[in-house]
Amino acid sequence: MDLSFTKEELAFRDDVRAFFRDNVPPATRQRIEDGRHVDKDDLVQWQRILNAKGWAVPHWPVEYGGTGWSPAQQYIFNEEMQLAPAPAPLPFGVNMVGPVIYTFGNDEQKKYFLPRIANLDDWWCQGFSEPGSGSDLASLKTTAKRKGDVYIVNGQKTWTTLAQHADWIFCLVRTDPAVKKQEGISFLLIDMKSRGITVRPIITIDGGREINEVFFDDVEVPVANLVGQENKGWDYAKFLLGNERTNIARVGMSKERIRRIKQLAASVKAGGRPLIEDLRFREKLTSVEIELKALEMTQLRVVAAEGRHGKGKPDPASSILKIKGSEIQQATTELMLDVIGPFAAPFDPGENDGSNELGDWTMQIAPSYFNNRKVTIYGGSNEIQRNIIAKAVLGL
Amino acid sequence: MDFDLSEEQRLLKESIDGLLGDAYDFEQRKRYRAEEGGFSRAIWGKFAEQGLLGLPFAEADGGFGGGTVETMIVMEALGRALVVEPYLATVVLGGGFLRRGGSDAQRAAHLPGLIDGSRTLAFAQLERDSRYDLADVSTTAKKNGGGFVIDGEKFVVTHGDSADTLVVTARTKGSQRDRGGIGVFLVPRDAKGVSVKGYPTQDGLRAADIAFEGVAVGADAAIGDSEDGLPLIERVVDDARIALCAEAVGLMDECLKTTVEYIKTRKQFGVAIGTFQALQHRASDMFVALEQARSMAMYATMAGDFEDAKERAAAVAAAKVQIGRSGRFVGQQAIQLHGGVGMTEEFKIGHYFKRLTMIESTFGDTDYHLQRLSEQGGLLND
Repeated sequence: MDLSFTKEELAFRDDVRAFFRDNVPPATRQRIEDGRHVDKDDLVQWQRILNAKGWAVPHWPVEYGGTGWSPAQQYIFNEEMQLAPAPAPLPFGVNMVGPVIYTFGNDEQKKYFLPRIANLDDWWCQGFSEPGSGSDLASLKTTAKRKGDVYIVNGQKTWTTLAQHADWIFCLVRTDPAVKKQEGISFLLIDMKSRGITVRPIITIDGGREINEVFFDDVEVPVANLVGQENKGWDYAKFLLGNERTNIARVGMSKERIRRIKQLAASVKAGGRPLIEDLRFREKLTSVEIELKALEMTQLRVVAAEGRHGKGKPDPASSILKIKGSEIQQATTELMLDVIGPFAAPFDPGENDGSNELGDWTMQIAPSYFNNRKVTIYGGSNEIQRNIIAKAVLGL
Repeated sequence: MDFDLSEEQRLLKESIDGLLGDAYDFEQRKRYRAEEGGFSRAIWGKFAEQGLLGLPFAEADGGFGGGTVETMIVMEALGRALVVEPYLATVVLGGGFLRRGGSDAQRAAHLPGLIDGSRTLAFAQLERDSRYDLADVSTTAKKNGGGFVIDGEKFVVTHGDSADTLVVTARTKGSQRDRGGIGVFLVPRDAKGVSVKGYPTQDGLRAADIAFEGVAVGADAAIGDSEDGLPLIERVVDDARIALCAEAVGLMDECLKTTVEYIKTRKQFGVAIGTFQALQHRASDMFVALEQARSMAMYATMAGDFEDAKERAAAVAAAKVQIGRSGRFVGQQAIQLHGGVGMTEEFKIGHYFKRLTMIESTFGDTDYHLQRLSEQGGLLND
């Protein structure tokens, strides 16, 4: 057992750190530090900087543009990116549909889509959830009926993150209503410019427009856009959902937030002295730091196990990453809210459209807290995660 | 970065698991507790035969040169089997003082008997008002010719009534809570002026309250600098905290395993109660708490070799907080999920719960370490 990174890994970390230091656009960095949403241009610009460097899709197989890094290098890269801070790449392409395409897609799909994903030429969104299908995803009702060379798609997706920018959506659709619900689902790639698609925003409690409803009304989708086999979509969906194990913990992001909490708490006065000197506050903060350190170690155990056994067999500890990672993200936004206290109240209506660049960034603290309630709900709610542990780890 | 055991470490783990698997089930443990001194000399002899007692000591001293990872392996196994023998008191604490601070002569005098299992030690540190402050020492050691005379009272000295030698903290100068002026002394339990009142503890071990009245010891009784012993005490107590974290992980691991087995077999309303989601989620939360504790115990174990004392102490304090919290949660839920049977003396789960409970308040509880770490500015300062 040895906690330290090897000399080579440390040298790699220095390289990565220097690259982020020199290449994250300052305006983008500032936006993240202020707790604001990065906008589409920020993300596209950053993804192309990464792609030019050859780091757009490091975790992909080398033949599709991956770097061939070890799990430890991959971990270091993600951690440094969050610490920089740099925007997290849009997950829907590089982490979700990309791996599905290179694993189950045909050659034309790979050749066309993969390079465009790496360069963020196509903005992808995820069409899984429906109004009646949340945790019970397999109950989805959106249908795709084969008619010659096309599927006719009808139905509704919801909670579709950043669909307002999307060029493409990957969808789970029901192609066979007669069989067991998991066995009648297919995985379709749908051009968002298709006739019959309507995107309607859902304004969230933080005032932001992050998520949408997407309606499909007799949308024609070429059969060539089916991934893999018809009615095997549930397998691909499970692959997709299981793919994102280690990055979900967001350790680097929470570390970055704790650094900002300390900064802010040093400038906020309570009883004539900086809040950071208040032992009760410090103990709350230290508690979160300890949880985060434990999570970091748990994540490193998972990374080390992947390095040893390959990615196929996750350490049982990996199921913890979502639960603890999301709880800690919420705890950091909650602490930030506690620090700013009564000055959390002013609301910045301009933030909705990003037009108010001059707004005091402390106005983002409450919205960030409100918005982060989502992290224990999405990606398989934490209750679903507990079901998974009970079944897959404890055998209950 | 590597969380695997080496080949030798794996063998060590197999050998101790094998020994305890054969000789240490819950019924056997009851018998060992009833023996004189509250533990089994035969088991202790087997520990010696397998080299467990000499594990952390230098080869030149007759040991095996093991590090913190080796001690972690042993302590976790001892936790899993709920072992009552004085490994922590003798090898980690008593042996730790000799190993880290003892002179050649002291090591030569004490280590052979420790390693061959013929002599045990205990650490007499806690005082009526000291609580968790290692620098809060009222017991005095006054210079007397070439040696010292020790006066004072120590409490809850684990295995203090069976130990051959007591390692005693005592003040050579300064006032009660000064960081300077504390010494560490080797005192034979049967020395004149030492009176020992032994008793069983909640968790099935034994401890003693010990009074020292004009106990005269030689100059060679002092381990290290008799006027500046606190850094050594902090170092060895950190070793003990790390060892306790590993023991607690073994305990929690067994708690979860036993609980999951129980809810898979216990039936109510015609089905195994483990099919109920309310219970499944509790068991899942126990798993999360256990693995977070395991991660921090590993972190503390690896931090045991950190050169920087402040960094090491911070890591150990953080681990003790995590273990304290996880231990309470896992122990309490284990009882709850067992229901009535968890309340009975006869069933083993309650005994795991009790040992976990006592570990939390050994060498600083969760609140103490949280405060200590917070006053230092927290954990993440890089």
